[in-house]
Amino acid sequence: MNDFFSNPVLVKALPEAIIETLQMVGISAFFTVLVGLPLGVFLHVSAPGGLRPMPVINRILSDIVVNITRSIPFAILMVALIPLARALTGTSLGPVAASVSLSIGTIPFFARLVETCLRDVHHGKIDAAQVMGSTNMQVISKVLLRESLPPLVAAATTTVVTLVGYSAMAGLVGGGGLGKLAYNYGFQRFDVSVMIVTIVLIVVLVQVIQLVGERISRSLDHR
Amino acid sequence: MITVTDLRKVYQQGKKEVVALDGVTLSVPKGSIHGIIGHSGAGKSTLVRCLTLLDRPTSGSVSIDGTELSSVRDSEIRAARRRIGMVFQHANLMDSRTAAGNVAHPLELVKTPKDKTRTRVAELLKLVGLEGFENAYPSQLSGGQRQRVGIARALASEPEVLLCDEPTSALDPATTNEILDLIQELTSRLQLTVLIITHEMNVVKRVCNSVSLLSRGRIIEHGALEDVAGELDSQLARALLPLPPSFPLPGPLQRGPVLEIVFSGDSAKEPVLTGVARHFDMDINVLAGSVETLGGQQFGHLRVQLAENSDVDGVLGYLTDRGISARRVAPVAGAAPEFPDTLPDPDLPDPVVPNQGLHPTKEQGRHE
Ligand SMILES: Nc1ncnc2c1ncn2[C@@H]1O[C@H](COP(=O)(O)OP(=O)(O)O)[C@@H](O)[C@H]1O
Ligand SMILES: [Mg+2]
Repeated sequence: MNDFFSNPVLVKALPEAIIETLQMVGISAFFTVLVGLPLGVFLHVSAPGGLRPMPVINRILSDIVVNITRSIPFAILMVALIPLARALTGTSLGPVAASVSLSIGTIPFFARLVETCLRDVHHGKIDAAQVMGSTNMQVISKVLLRESLPPLVAAATTTVVTLVGYSAMAGLVGGGGLGKLAYNYGFQRFDVSVMIVTIVLIVVLVQVIQLVGERISRSLDHR
Repeated sequence: MITVTDLRKVYQQGKKEVVALDGVTLSVPKGSIHGIIGHSGAGKSTLVRCLTLLDRPTSGSVSIDGTELSSVRDSEIRAARRRIGMVFQHANLMDSRTAAGNVAHPLELVKTPKDKTRTRVAELLKLVGLEGFENAYPSQLSGGQRQRVGIARALASEPEVLLCDEPTSALDPATTNEILDLIQELTSRLQLTVLIITHEMNVVKRVCNSVSLLSRGRIIEHGALEDVAGELDSQLARALLPLPPSFPLPGPLQRGPVLEIVFSGDSAKEPVLTGVARHFDMDINVLAGSVETLGGQQFGHLRVQLAENSDVDGVLGYLTDRGISARRVAPVAGAAPEFPDTLPDPDLPDPVVPNQGLHPTKEQGRHE
């Protein structure tokens, strides 16, 4: 124990790494939901048999964008997106720049999860809402999203957990955070205590996210 | 009052055309309940979708109190829909909303002020007998209670027409009767025009004033309950007044002619059979019988056997003169004309014999 607290790397670099990781996860989680949720809704609504079928656009978005992005391994995507990150944030280093590729990597993933959640809303509920005179927007907000809120929260939780993993990878190509710490000290300098501490911290972070997410999801579930 | 005139709906399935509704005409006056009964595939769901404007009819019209619904512009479709309240088989409530929240749902859509919504919701829940259940979620309610919430929600926008699609098919018999009684009470209290889609004859018997039999997209029989029940030859009458199978009794009567008699209302109060027996001086044996109250009138359906060599035409004439519908049938169960397209009737005693004209439904048939 004493060993850990006297380790200068842990005392100096660890707090900063934690903050960087939280920044990366926080920023990219925000943008993933911001873009992924509407994208998922659109994919569902514009599908054949949906509220407002738009076969061509749906096909393009669904097949090309989503599938291609998902089939490129994240490590490659991250490197490929460095120019974009630089264009958007003015730098290719640091948690903010890394958040660009993190978000782009998880948006399609989350959108697909959203689409699946919405598909599980019983069609009778949509019929009922339409017969009572709902607009399409009202069906989306008052039925599709509201009725699938518990699984949506669960999907967001899964996505954030995935982001924690991705953020460790992003750390290696300039993002910083716990991933970089583990790599620089734990791997390159064989500092076992740094390795252990970062692993424990990442596991705890994942556990906390999972726990909070499940708690929220369950409290919203009245089925 | 709802009026449907020559409604047709043709679905395009690849190159094939599927005629789901083939000229449906019906009209239901205010304050009365009309049952639409038919097999699966008859076009019931299509009719519902056309009435609620979820689907546009291919031709024909639907109007409520003289206002044409089927040709409203898309921008007016939502306002038009609010004139029809709909009750679903599985209630289709929102699980994330409480009972009160579900009833408030249609009111929210038109931005009803909060306090007005609150009083209206309380009123509606009271109307359906759910006072005190405001904060219960659907998962905490029984099937019957959920259906009550569904009915309250359907009435929230003060519709003139209540459309019920198999409202009791998912409920047990006792709850079914409670819900039907509620629908009946609300119909007269609020002067609603009610259409009930069902495959259960029990529903028709209990609450409907009139009934239509839908088959392959057409209405093949229809009328006030007391009228159709009195027509011996109709499929509806046979389903409304089913007789158990029977065989001629042993003894001197066994070769006598067998008659089926339906008598109703006033004639049911007279001693018909005694009259026949006295007038023709013959013995009569009752083989099977059922008595029902339909549309507020008493109906009796009897299968009787007369003595051998009796004057069948004379007896038939005697009965017809007294306004009683009667006809001769084959003596042994099984030889009567078949009805290829009659209704499944869960109320029928088992086993269902062919001369009842009641075949298993198509779904049941598939499992065999
Ligand atoms: N969307 C559709 N496309 C093609 N055919 C349909 C469609 N909806 C219904 N049908 C056909 O119309 C007929 C009537 O169906 P439906 O109204 O669902 O009957 P019911 O509700 O009485 O079981 C059936 O033959 C069915 O196959
Ligand atoms: Mg159907």
